Amino acid sequence: MCGICGCGQTEQKHDHNHSHSHSHSHSHSHSHSHSHEHGSNEYEHNHDPVDLGTERLVQVEQALLSKNNSYAEQNRSYFQEHHIFALNLVSSPGAGKTSLLVETIKQLKDQFPIAVIEGDQQTEHDAERIRASGAPALQINTGRACHLDAHAIGHAVMDLKVADNSFLAIENVGNLVCPASFDLGEAHKVVVLSVTEGDDKPLKYPDMFHAADLMLINKIDLLPYVDFDVERCIQYAKQVNPDIQIMQLSTTKATNFSAWTTWLSDRVIS
Amino acid sequence: MHEISLLENVREILQEHAQKQNFKRVKKITLAIGKLSCIEPDALRFGFDAVMQGSLAEGAELILSEVAGKGICKACGKESAIDTLYAPCQYCEHPFVDVTAGNDMQIKDLIVI
Repeated sequence: MCGICGCGQTEQKHDHNHSHSHSHSHSHSHSHSHSHEHGSNEYEHNHDPVDLGTERLVQVEQALLSKNNSYAEQNRSYFQEHHIFALNLVSSPGAGKTSLLVETIKQLKDQFPIAVIEGDQQTEHDAERIRASGAPALQINTGRACHLDAHAIGHAVMDLKVADNSFLAIENVGNLVCPASFDLGEAHKVVVLSVTEGDDKPLKYPDMFHAADLMLINKIDLLPYVDFDVERCIQYAKQVNPDIQIMQLSTTKATNFSAWTTWLSDRVIS
Repeated sequence: MHEISLLENVREILQEHAQKQNFKRVKKITLAIGKLSCIEPDALRFGFDAVMQGSLAEGAELILSEVAGKGICKACGKESAIDTLYAPCQYCEHPFVDVTAGNDMQIKDLIVI
């Protein structure tokens, strides 16, 4: 049984695309003959072959998204009890989330345990890169879904056996839209924005920048080659989220990387 | 596009209800869509027929009703009507409100036979 949500699911393989196959072989062999006499005021009705019973109203009142929030709260309590500092890393595809994590693991793995949950539509590539850097990683392939959900995270945490007093990085699917509305139980959402993208991303995707507590402006070593106005970007981000913390860094050139690693180390209880 | 996976969840819920409440077909389904829910009504309409094909809701009529966004201000505690997740409090203009309505999608009711 799952230690977080208790759902009885004991999967080893995390292919959480929830694609239950429904093979319905409805054989509608209704051979009724409509020989009843209609008067001249024949009202319109649909002569659907299965339209035999009486129609009735069924109240369902079932919410679909709030289910995710209850799983997220379960994850959050689990993280608190076990002193796991969980971050949900979000960005467009290619902003540098995986490279950021690889470098973070290299620099901090001797200070505290680090585990990574990788979300991508397909492939194990990112999890393999993380493992090569020396941290356990579990890949969730979301299939058609464009975001990670809290239920999948609860199972991944159990399967990964995330250590107490550790840092858990959840690298979400590269997408600045949908992951904003799915709480995973993390302490903070961290949005990574690279300077090769537009400086107006915070205004174009305000939900995400509003939901994030920290924005990392990545690849600043490329600033001389791109048309990206850092000040304008910061101003836009503050416009949708006045409390957002902002750091500018380059993962590959290690520029200002210590601002990020210090911020992180200060928050992990080791 | 998560509308397709949400519709697949809807299809599963319909099947569960069909067994519990003993119906064979869904003729009409009403979904309430929160304005802040990151769900695009047009994308739902677009995917609905395809996802429901071969299920007990094949050919069902889809009704979408919109639920307005509301939130409680984290500073003054008053409830504001909000159009976006990042909308400030309409009274004190504090930038953060806790969303209380309009960020979910609900299956309201069905007409079944």
